[in-house]
Amino acid sequence: MRTALKTSYVQDIRLFPDVRRALRYAVLLALAAALPLLLDDFLLGEATNVLIWAIAGMGLMLLTGHAGQASLGHAAFLAVGCYANAILMERAGLPFAASFLAAGVITGLVGVLVAVPALRLHGIYLAIATLALSILTEDIIVLAEPWTGGVIGLVAPDITIAGAEVDRYGSPGLFYWLCLAVALIVTLGYRNVLRTPLGRAFVAIRDSEISAQAMGINVAMTKALAFGLSCMVTGWAGALMGHFFYTFNHEVFTVIISIQLLVMIVIGGLGSIQGAYWGALVVGVIPQAINIARDGAQAAFGGSVLIPGIETGIFMTLLIVFILFEPRGIHGRIEKWRIYVELFPLCRRDMFRRQKSFLKTERMR
Amino acid sequence: MLTTRPGAQDSSGRAQGRCDGETGIVETLQLIVSGLANGCVYGLIALGFALIYKAAEQVNFAQGDLMMFGAFVALGLANESHLGLPFWVACIGAIAAMAVFGWLLERTVLRQVFGQPQIAVVILTIALGFLLRFIAGIIWGHDPLALESPIAGVNQRFGDLVLGLDELAVIAVTLVLTAFLFGFFSRTRLGIAMQASSQNQLAAYYMGIPVKRIHGLTWALAGAIAAVAGILFASKGSIDPNTGLLGIKAFAAAVIGGFGSLPGALAGGLIVGLIEPFAARYVASGYSQIAPYAVLILVLLFRPRGLFAQAHAKKV
Repeated sequence: MRTALKTSYVQDIRLFPDVRRALRYAVLLALAAALPLLLDDFLLGEATNVLIWAIAGMGLMLLTGHAGQASLGHAAFLAVGCYANAILMERAGLPFAASFLAAGVITGLVGVLVAVPALRLHGIYLAIATLALSILTEDIIVLAEPWTGGVIGLVAPDITIAGAEVDRYGSPGLFYWLCLAVALIVTLGYRNVLRTPLGRAFVAIRDSEISAQAMGINVAMTKALAFGLSCMVTGWAGALMGHFFYTFNHEVFTVIISIQLLVMIVIGGLGSIQGAYWGALVVGVIPQAINIARDGAQAAFGGSVLIPGIETGIFMTLLIVFILFEPRGIHGRIEKWRIYVELFPLCRRDMFRRQKSFLKTERMR
Repeated sequence: MLTTRPGAQDSSGRAQGRCDGETGIVETLQLIVSGLANGCVYGLIALGFALIYKAAEQVNFAQGDLMMFGAFVALGLANESHLGLPFWVACIGAIAAMAVFGWLLERTVLRQVFGQPQIAVVILTIALGFLLRFIAGIIWGHDPLALESPIAGVNQRFGDLVLGLDELAVIAVTLVLTAFLFGFFSRTRLGIAMQASSQNQLAAYYMGIPVKRIHGLTWALAGAIAAVAGILFASKGSIDPNTGLLGIKAFAAAVIGGFGSLPGALAGGLIVGLIEPFAARYVASGYSQIAPYAVLILVLLFRPRGLFAQAHAKKV
């Protein structure tokens, strides 16, 4: 059992609550930075994939997990970031650092543009509007052929940073470190936003819009900002994704990706930065686990075991299990274990019981 | 003069093939009828959305996949290569099976998130939809299959106008079902209890309404309607597990009409069904996919509650 004695208010909003946790994250970061020395090229590519998904997940987590606005259309913003980055590098000849930053800013502005009319919509209607946006984006990419290459798509230009060629295939280690750096910056920025009045305003809006308004929060502006920040991060993830895939067209950013992104953060744990990473890990690990299981089954029984769609099948079963039994996701489960250990003899079963609640219609408001 | 473009929607393509070189009016009529028939299928799925939303305040993203599943159950019962039961027996069997399935789904899965925020149900039903698609793929394979029904491919002539019996059947059944459900919700005790339990669960409990049992019945009804939509859709064309994605379009229809309004769902379905072939015909085939969603976004912007708004302004 451990007790935390707080002697000042600053302790409540410190970046790390205590030294032990700061040390734990330092070790984790060191391990992550050392991965290119430990893994082969294939596994390193998978690790990069997980990092990119985690960045995209953090983008959506800010909007859905902290500001409480469900979006079923974040693949659209991934696409905007991806194409903006590629087009700026190719057409305007900007260096990667500039085009990458610009891609995020452009996506963020697009997000604000989308948010302004979408602010009138609540809950499920917002989800539907973003879903429609995601479906429309696929077609718009095809129709805007002169810029986006239409069905054929674009090829991600080469990245040169400080004279070093950063290529997903040529130098996977460098590309991994690039993604890690972006993920680190985004995570720190995210964590810091949550410590500011703006971050607390997000959470207030998530918990109750009316109460937030009563506390003097400008709901419309805060929501638009949440959209903007969320889309900016998602745009960066999209830009990295473009370089990761090397070639991309309209079929890369389908509505399925939007849904997968939402599913990912729900499995990871809504309302926590760690949840985005856990979710990304699940997304990255499941296909590999299936491949290994398939190879094992082939070795054991002979013949080829190929079940189409098994990946989505397992992913969705996992999601259902989580929603039913652990709505707070992987991060929530870990937190419960941690609290159980920290409080050891004092933890009671009912501590984490969900409050019984009843629903009222949204049609009469 | 109009040019015939390839790539129009399934049954409108057939309508175009039939009337090469005929007058524009007949062609427009054909487009309208096939659009109406397509729209009625969307309307039927949208009816399922609206029903569950009206009666349980849940948004069922799996309705399209329920329809696909219902169609496959009917197909498994009716087709010669499967069980080979008489068509009407298979229909009733499929509708009953899907009603039981819907009830079981509510009983085992959705009841766990009773009273939780709507978004939990949204994510849950999205997952269920994907799972249904996966299961249907395992059982019936991923190749398109056609339902052997007595109404498929039979044509009815009205002068120059050639209409498929399947299209007429879809329109008729949809109208009857909408009227039935509308009467059910506004006239019967059970229908009113359903509306009450969606408007305020706690208050409904106080009034002695068994809210959870009502939810089970709602899902059973939605399952049965999904089966009807599936049978009609499968006799209009072929189905495969990805047919369920049609649900997204039907979802747009439900929102255009006003979520939770039954006539609105039908109207929304018809609007989407009519826009598609006409956009494909007169604008460009690429736009027929976009048109419904563009309309959806316009409706959400200017009438956020849909054409047949259910919301009553009430400030707390």
